[in-house]
Amino acid sequence: MKIKIDKWLSTGTPWIWLNAGAVAISIVMVVGLLLILVARGMTHFWPSDVMQAIYTPPVSSSEPLSTQIIGEFVERESVIAQQLISSGIPVDPAQEYYDRQLLKLGNRDLTGADFSWVLTDFISGIEYPEHLVVLERREWGNFYGFLREVREGGETVDSADSPDQADTNLWLEFTERLQRALSLHDEIYRIENLEIGQINYGMERLRLEQRRLELNGQDSIEAIADINARRTVLESEYESLQDNLLDLYSQINRDSALFGSANDRETEIEIADIVRAYQPNKMNLLAKIGGYFSKLGEFLTDDPREANTEGGIFPAIFGTVMMVMLMSVFVTPFGVVAAVYLREYAQQGFITRAVRIAVNNLAGVPSIVYGVFGLGFFIYILGGEIDQLFYPEALPAPTFGTPGLLWASITLALLTVPVVIVATEEGLARIPRSVREGSLALGATKFETLWRVVLPMASPAMMTGLILAVARAAGEVAPLMLVGVVKLAPSLPLDGNYPYLHLEQKFMHLGFHIYDVGFQSPNIEAARPLVFATALLLVIVIALLNFSAVALRNHLREKYKSLDV
Amino acid sequence: MRKIDVSAVLMSKNESLAAEESCIEVSKLNLYYSKTKQALKDISLSIPKQRVTAFIGPSGCGKSSLLRCFNRMNDLVDDCVINGKITLDGLSIYEREVDVADLRRRVGMVFQKPNPFPKSIYENVAYGLRIQGINSKRVLDEVVERSLHAAALWDEVKDRLHESALGMSGGQQQRLVIARTIAVEPEVVLLDEPASALDPISTLKIEELINELKEKYTIVIVTHNMQQAARVSDYTAFMYMGNMVEFNTTDAIFTNPAEKQTEDYITGRYG
Repeated sequence: MKIKIDKWLSTGTPWIWLNAGAVAISIVMVVGLLLILVARGMTHFWPSDVMQAIYTPPVSSSEPLSTQIIGEFVERESVIAQQLISSGIPVDPAQEYYDRQLLKLGNRDLTGADFSWVLTDFISGIEYPEHLVVLERREWGNFYGFLREVREGGETVDSADSPDQADTNLWLEFTERLQRALSLHDEIYRIENLEIGQINYGMERLRLEQRRLELNGQDSIEAIADINARRTVLESEYESLQDNLLDLYSQINRDSALFGSANDRETEIEIADIVRAYQPNKMNLLAKIGGYFSKLGEFLTDDPREANTEGGIFPAIFGTVMMVMLMSVFVTPFGVVAAVYLREYAQQGFITRAVRIAVNNLAGVPSIVYGVFGLGFFIYILGGEIDQLFYPEALPAPTFGTPGLLWASITLALLTVPVVIVATEEGLARIPRSVREGSLALGATKFETLWRVVLPMASPAMMTGLILAVARAAGEVAPLMLVGVVKLAPSLPLDGNYPYLHLEQKFMHLGFHIYDVGFQSPNIEAARPLVFATALLLVIVIALLNFSAVALRNHLREKYKSLDV
Repeated sequence: MRKIDVSAVLMSKNESLAAEESCIEVSKLNLYYSKTKQALKDISLSIPKQRVTAFIGPSGCGKSSLLRCFNRMNDLVDDCVINGKITLDGLSIYEREVDVADLRRRVGMVFQKPNPFPKSIYENVAYGLRIQGINSKRVLDEVVERSLHAAALWDEVKDRLHESALGMSGGQQQRLVIARTIAVEPEVVLLDEPASALDPISTLKIEELINELKEKYTIVIVTHNMQQAARVSDYTAFMYMGNMVEFNTTDAIFTNPAEKQTEDYITGRYG
């Protein structure tokens, strides 16, 4: 028997099983992670059916009180009866477990809380009325109820034939007015954010220009007059836009609608406040798929609303990609040049070895340390100095002396530069000596050999370094909180205002967004699916950035595939 | 081992060697790879112009080291110390003020294994000229075609000049390297076992090529293969353990060697 086990061990079978098992566990964990993110995040956008029911929870003293509930099912769990009793719900202790479900009831403006746990056993009369309407609003979250009337300037235009029946004409009237309000809203958004934003930007530049002239003692009467003339032009443009806006606002506020919600409460809702309205119980599968992608599209391309718990996350996606790209622009040349010196020019000896070890160790320094360094050195010292030298007219308001995109990118470049150095050095070491000699023998200098032959051949290795750097940088959150990421950035770092790329601006980031929505949000239940969806998106963004770098590397490898020497 | 008297070897040259115009003069050359490892010992010889000179000898005898002294390739080896004198057409190449890049332009070199750059065939040949700052397409086209013709490669590659050189066969790659070398019009071409990694047919082509190239260039070839030395060279030097044992016309070395060691090597008694 002993011999048999020895023999079995010496065949290597257990070793193979151990290895394969480790791979299998890794795959299961990665796939499981992605599945959880997809299941918890992506189902959020599905327009699920909304139920209407009577809920009669047991109460200890008086008669049980029935309430009508209208809401979306979110999740279900079992609780021990004792736990319910101790929290003040006198259920029968004879039944050990009770099933309860979390419903999204919406209507936060009416009832205060928009999520509620209900015990399944005490729900009765469940139905899914076809004319039940879900409204997504700019404020106060979702609304669930029935459309009763459409009003124009306070006067009823059309009203439901009977409160309990679907009225197709009324719904059509409502959606038509909603479309009108939405396109007006787009127009208002465009004017407020683009055109007025542009004018404000111009005004600010004029103010700074005037201040600069004053500081330099060049504020002659002509110069000031010129600035004032330009300011007058901007002001008059602003006036006309303002008139335009007022007009649009009066148009958009024309319509409102009267809705009945649970327990027959009636509410008047401005149509201008509605983002989306649909009747989920009436929708067939195809319509629901359409609705799903429309909501998903909104998530990907819109600005956030309601303290980031509603709307989209486009600024965070944009900020993440922008920062990673800027970081790549900084880190690649810097790392490559350092690696070339270390490998090709520096005298190989004790000092070079020490430098190499130090560089490798830098990769292991906790990222928050880099954040503190970025804040202390880049922002306060370098940024403060830049402000003194180049932007004195804006002081005491800092321009570069405050966290921003540039400093975040440079801090992450510093964080990832060891990876690029190590990868590039390994690439340089792999270039066969014979190719270098071939170039030198033709009369090329060492620099020419490096530049024309060695570096192109080492470019796939540089890309490998960049891939690792991107993977590390895109996932960092901790240092970014110190050097430039904010919860809500008023504008994108890239826009139509000169100089187009605003390196000094603060920006949003997916990783920080997850933290903010998940842990700093006032409305936990509403935010939870968004945390998963955002996490999934962060994974996808990093994967896409990596895939593009890998594709580029494969292209380079094909081009400079090394000789079989 | 018997000490070799270099002057005696030089004196034993026959008439034809003495009559040749010399291209590279080596005198009292010593090369150390480290303090204890001397690779070349007191080498002196004179390599004639526009002839093929072959270095033969057993592995590790220093023939490649000597060859690599002629274009200062040994400069790349750390801790390598050279003393003695080498002149190329009267220019002492180990002087401080000599531009190494310029020297290597005048003394081209082909290595044991083909080492084309991972570029197109055209760019491989044009490389040396581009290094010199010549970028005119007309000039480059002309030089590339002429060099490929000279290396007997033109007909094989003229339709795929802009494809990667790495897709060629080993023999073609080696001829491409020769074309690349002669594109910069050197005076001397050093060949370091150019055919040792090639099949017999490619070897034959390289040997034919050497015969044609000696019209224009001084050629020094290191080879393991004595038949090859006998076939292609006009003069042959036999080296052993870092010493120059015998240097004479190829005919004399192979038919009537003056030294016992040479005879032993050629007849295959060692090496």
